[in-house]
Amino acid sequence: MRVAVVGAGPAGVRAVEQLVRAGLRPLWLDEAPDGGGRIYQRPPAGFTRGARALYGLEAAKATALHATLDALKPVTDWRPGTLVWDIGADPRQLHTLREGRAAAQDVDAAILCTGAMDRVVPLPGWTLPGVTTLGGAQIALKAQGCAIGRCVAFLGSGPLLWLVAYQYMKAGATIAAVLDTTPFATKAQALAGLPHDPATLAKGLYYVARLRAAGILVAEGVTPLAIEGEGERGVTALHWRDAAGRERWLDCDALGLGWGVRPELQLADLAGVPIRFDPVQHNWVPERDAMGRTSVRGIYLAGDGAGIGGADVAEMAGACAAQALLADAGLPADAALVRRLQARLRRQARFRAALERAFPFPAQLAASMPDETILCRCERVTAGELRAAAEPEGPQGAAPEVNRAKAFTRIGMGRCQGRVCGMAAAEVLAARLGCGVAEIGRLRGQAPVKPLPFIAAPEAEEAA
Amino acid sequence: MRLVRLVDQDRPAIRFVLEGQDCSARAGDTLLTAILAGEGSFLRCSEFGDGPRAGFCLMGACQDCRVVVEGLGPVRACATECAPGMVVRRA
Ligand SMILES: Cc1cc2nc3c(=O)[nH]c(=O)nc-3n(C[C@H](O)[C@H](O)[C@H](O)COP(=O)(O)OP(=O)(O)OC[C@H]3O[C@@H](n4cnc5c(N)ncnc54)[C@H](O)[C@@H]3O)c2cc1C
Ligand code: FES
Repeated sequence: MRVAVVGAGPAGVRAVEQLVRAGLRPLWLDEAPDGGGRIYQRPPAGFTRGARALYGLEAAKATALHATLDALKPVTDWRPGTLVWDIGADPRQLHTLREGRAAAQDVDAAILCTGAMDRVVPLPGWTLPGVTTLGGAQIALKAQGCAIGRCVAFLGSGPLLWLVAYQYMKAGATIAAVLDTTPFATKAQALAGLPHDPATLAKGLYYVARLRAAGILVAEGVTPLAIEGEGERGVTALHWRDAAGRERWLDCDALGLGWGVRPELQLADLAGVPIRFDPVQHNWVPERDAMGRTSVRGIYLAGDGAGIGGADVAEMAGACAAQALLADAGLPADAALVRRLQARLRRQARFRAALERAFPFPAQLAASMPDETILCRCERVTAGELRAAAEPEGPQGAAPEVNRAKAFTRIGMGRCQGRVCGMAAAEVLAARLGCGVAEIGRLRGQAPVKPLPFIAAPEAEEAA
Repeated sequence: MRLVRLVDQDRPAIRFVLEGQDCSARAGDTLLTAILAGEGSFLRCSEFGDGPRAGFCLMGACQDCRVVVEGLGPVRACATECAPGMVVRRA
């Protein structure tokens, strides 16, 4: 049986581990040069920081995951640096790209562990050099040992906001401020009496306390207004409003922003897995059962790409998806392991729901962005242009959903396929049309999931 | 924009060429790091005339960090390691 696993983050590693235990030798692909995924991303060769410096309180988990990863490489068909850019249905094929060469791999089943990316709200000035996602700011530090600027502001909401700010502080970076758009009361209410995962909660509180103790400006319930700066110099200040309604300016030369993460679900979408709007996560998520099975035969999902759950959930979900695949294929499965993991996953789901309530996506901030804001940074479409597409008096009539709006305005038609602006664009359109984002729909995925270089030629042709 | 080299920077120096200028970087830098931690300050100009861009996600997803490398064509600066002698242009 030919099984492929896409992704070598926490979910992918634990999926492959179970497949190998059962005697399979899966094809294992990751676009990155090495495994580890986002949270446990490794720096390139030549960097010398140890796990403690790189992964802080998660060092032990990172070390364990990396050990399993490295042990699995020689007993699998491990292919790093390989992008999977499409999935064919009949025959089931993964279309790949490695070092500029395209190829197709026949498989009977695939576990997609494609992870997540930052969920962002565009602001005036967010295309200036110096503005990155929170995850991007973290990658600069973790994988390259760099801060994104000399004086860095962090803006957004969610666990990553505090974690990244704390990691910058520990590494000796200068932090201008940590600005949280969620009011303190919202967080307190959502998390009160809900310590389903006290360790995660305690870590979060620890980061906040350490930042405050260091005298760093920390504010909650803020409203960002605009990022200021010019040309090549990039960011010079952040214009914001505090919880008391006062307008303020913060000097900074870089800004990391983000409001949680959203699933990278393009491959699942292309494989034909139904996608639904999850109001708790405020994300589009692929439909799957608790084990990671989908309604498409042979396609299994695990980790943040299957709905946001964080790294610990990703590890457990990876193992479960592999067990589901083994059971469906009539291969020996480990029922005791599945029972144990499913019980832990159910507890985690309750904690996750509380986290989502504590750090809600700022839908209002997105919906009310000024007309002149560049909403789609790939195609330079402004919020005003998208709103115009919703006007019934327009030449084409009102766009009733995002894919029509895309045809009208080119929004989401660029190189990122709407990964970056899609959620915010839906809020803008929904607010203008007076309906919910679920009704607005989502930008449909298209192959290739990421742009292919022009020189990519099929390997077979090359040989001919 | 200027990336600040904070930790883990004790790596061999390498040279590359940006827009005809000889530049220095460290082994293991991505092109994004090599350019933005040096004098490069940005990676490309928006084709819509709204100014310079310098990447956004740093994880290969947003495609905002395109530069052109001789022999490779357009690449994502955040996902491409800077190799000694690389000849790079802004996209
Ligand atoms: C930038 C960033 C930083 C984060 N940092 C933290 C953190 O510090 N702490 C924390 O708790 N959580 C963090 N998260 C949340 C993170 O999503 C989870 O903690 C965890 O990494 C999820 O594990 P995963 O296995 O589901 O996915 P990931 O760890 O994201 O792994 C997915 C892997 O799949 C690969 N992949 C995706 N699509 C393809 C494709 N088409 N072809 C080939 N390979 C592909 C990717 O290269 C990646 O290696 C971060 C998220 C992001 C986006
Ligand atoms: S910065 Fe987003 S793809 Fe490189």
